[in-house]
Amino acid sequence: MSDDTPISLAFANVKSNQRLAFMPFITAGDPDTTMTQELIRTLSSAGVDLIEVGFPYSDPIADGPVIQASYTRALDSGITVEGILRAIAEAKTDDTPPLVAMVSYAIVFRHGVEKFVTDAKRAGFAGFIIPDLPGAEAAECFELVRSHGLDLVQLVAPTTPRERVQEILKSCSGFVYCVAVAGTTGERTDIADALLDQLRWLREETDLPLAVGFGISKPEHVEPLRELADGVIIGSGIVRHLERLAQGETDQKGTLDAIGELATEMVSATSGD
Amino acid sequence: MPTATATAQVPDQLGRFGPFGRRFVPETLMHALDQLTEEYERAKADPAFQKQLEGLLHTYVGRPSPLYFAERLTKKSGGAQIYLKREDLNHTGAHKINNTIGQTLLTLRMGKKRVIAETGAGQHGVATATACARFGLDCVVYMGEEDIRRQQLNVFNMRTMGAEVRPVTSGSRTLRDAINEAFRDWMGSVEDTHYIIGSVVGAHPFPMIVRDFQAVIGREARQQCLDTVGRLPDEVIACVGGGSNAAGMFYPFIEDEGVTLTGVEAGGRSDQPGDHASPLSYGSPGILHGSYSYVLQDDDGQTLDVHSISAGLDYPGVGPEHSYWKDTGRVQYTTCTDDDALATFQKMARLEGILPAIESSHAVSQAMKSAADRDPNDIVLVCLSGRGDKDVNEVARLTGQEL
Repeated sequence: MSDDTPISLAFANVKSNQRLAFMPFITAGDPDTTMTQELIRTLSSAGVDLIEVGFPYSDPIADGPVIQASYTRALDSGITVEGILRAIAEAKTDDTPPLVAMVSYAIVFRHGVEKFVTDAKRAGFAGFIIPDLPGAEAAECFELVRSHGLDLVQLVAPTTPRERVQEILKSCSGFVYCVAVAGTTGERTDIADALLDQLRWLREETDLPLAVGFGISKPEHVEPLRELADGVIIGSGIVRHLERLAQGETDQKGTLDAIGELATEMVSATSGD
Repeated sequence: MPTATATAQVPDQLGRFGPFGRRFVPETLMHALDQLTEEYERAKADPAFQKQLEGLLHTYVGRPSPLYFAERLTKKSGGAQIYLKREDLNHTGAHKINNTIGQTLLTLRMGKKRVIAETGAGQHGVATATACARFGLDCVVYMGEEDIRRQQLNVFNMRTMGAEVRPVTSGSRTLRDAINEAFRDWMGSVEDTHYIIGSVVGAHPFPMIVRDFQAVIGREARQQCLDTVGRLPDEVIACVGGGSNAAGMFYPFIEDEGVTLTGVEAGGRSDQPGDHASPLSYGSPGILHGSYSYVLQDDDGQTLDVHSISAGLDYPGVGPEHSYWKDTGRVQYTTCTDDDALATFQKMARLEGILPAIESSHAVSQAMKSAADRDPNDIVLVCLSGRGDKDVNEVARLTGQEL
C-alpha cells in the first residue's frame, strides 16, 4: 500500500525519525465525552502518533476485564455513537494525530456500514479496527472503507497460521495489528519469544507497518520490539487510570496527569531516548 | 415475506444459512474454528466415530427416547392428538446431553484436555459436566449469578461431578454474559481447550454441529410417528431460546412440506423491550456472539436486556438457522407468556403426571392452543425438551408455596 492515508503518513513519519509509533487506546465516553475530549488533547500534547478510540459495546468478547468495565461505565452513563462522533468532531484539530475507531461489527452493521463509515470520516476518524470482522469476512467492508480514502486495520493473532495471513492482508491497510498474546486485552509482564518469531515472518509477508498490542503496558516492553515492530499500542494500561477515577481514587486532573505522564514516557521509550 | 424455499442443505462452506450465520469473532479464535470444522467433517465421515456416538446415546443417555401419546392433555385441549417426544427422560433430564456427548468425543479427537461451557438453566452445564466426568476431562462452566440463584440444584450437580462453576457477575448476570465469559476464556485457552457451546448459536461451525448432534431428536420422532401413527405429524412444536432442541426437532422435517413447524419463544411479561426474550418475534437481524441472526438490540447495536421466567430461554439472540427458517417462512414463530408457561407446567403435572421443564412448558402451551383449533384426527408432536425438577424452587416461589 503506497497511498497516503493519514495513518500511513503517520507511520512513514515515525520511520523517517527512526522511532516506533506509539498509539494509546481510550474508551469514548468513560466517564463522559468531555473527558474523552480532554484525553485527546492531553495525548496530542504528549506527542503520541495515533490514538485508538474504543466505541463501548455491550458484549465485547475480545476485551479483558479492564476495558469491559470501562465500556460498561460508558454505556451506563448513556453514551451513543452519535454522541461519540459529535465529541470527536469538536475535539479534533489540525494537531490531532490520526484517530482510529475500535468498534464492534454489531455497532457498524446496525448503523449500516456505508453510513457508519461516512459519519465517522466526517467526524475526523482516519481508520477502523473492527475486531470481530476477521479475514475474508471483512472483504466487502474493506472495499468500502478504502473507497472513502480511509484504512481498515486487521488483527493477526498468535494463533494465526502463516498460510492464513495473505487472506487477512487482502482486506488490511494502514497497519497490521499484531496481537501479542492469545487472550483478551489486558496487561502482561513479558514479551513472548513466539511473538518475536511471528513478527519476523510477518515482515517477510507484508510491507505494512506492524503495530503490537494486547499485553503491552509499559516503556520496558518497547525495547525487545524495536527491531521487529513499527509501533506499540497500550489499552488497558491507559484505561486502568479511568478505572481509578471511577473508583474515586483520583480526580479528573489526576487522571489526565497520570495518562499524560505515561504517554510522555512511552513517546520517549519509542524514540529510544 | 418468504424470500426463498428452505432447504436442509445448509450451511455452506462459509457457515451461511441463507444470509445468516457466518463468523464474526476475533481473529484469535479463527484457527480453532477452522480446526473444529475440519475435525468435525472427518468425524462425520468416520464410521467408528458414529458407532461410538450411537453406542453412548443408547447405553448411557438412554436413547431412543419414547414418543408418548398425551391422552388426558389431548382430551383437555379438545382437538388434535398431542404426542410428546420425551427428551426429559434422557440421562441428566434434557436434550442437552445429545450435543455434549458428541462434542466431548470431538474434544478427545482434537487431543484437547480441557472443556469450557456456558449455561443458563444449568441443563447444558450439567450435561457438559456429565460428559466430562465420563471421559475424565477438566471442565469449567460459566453461569450467571442470577441463574445460579435460580438453579441451585443444577449447580450442586455440576460441582458433584467435578466441574468448576464460575459465577458471572458482568452485565445481566444471565446466559448472554455467561457466553461472553466463555468466549473470553477461550481467547486465552484455545490451544488446549474446547468450548462446548450449548445451543445452535455462535460462529460457524457451532450452529451446524449442535444442530446435527440434536437432529437425533427429530429423526427418532419422525420414524416413531411413522411407526405408531402410520404417517407424519401435521404440526411439530418446540420452544426456542438459542434454539437447539427446536433445531434438532425441526431439521429432519424441513423438507416434509406438509408438516407445519412452530417455534415458541419466551413471551415473558409483555411485548415491550426488556419484558421478553423473543428476537424472532420482536427483534431484527444483527450481530451477537459471532453470528448474524435475529437479535434484540437498541438503535446503536447494543444488546438489550431480556426477561423470561425460564433461565434456559432468557437470551437476546437465536441460532442463525432459525432466522433462515423464519425468513423463508418454513417455520412459524410465536410466543408464550410467563403466566401461560407456568399454568401449563401445572396442567402437565396434574393431567399427565409429568413435571416439564419450564422451557418445555412454553411449547406444550402452544401445542394445547394449536390442538384446540385442529381436527381430532390431526397429530401435533411436541418436543418435551427437559424435565422440571430444576424448576420446582422457582415455581414454588412464584406460586407462593414453600418447599
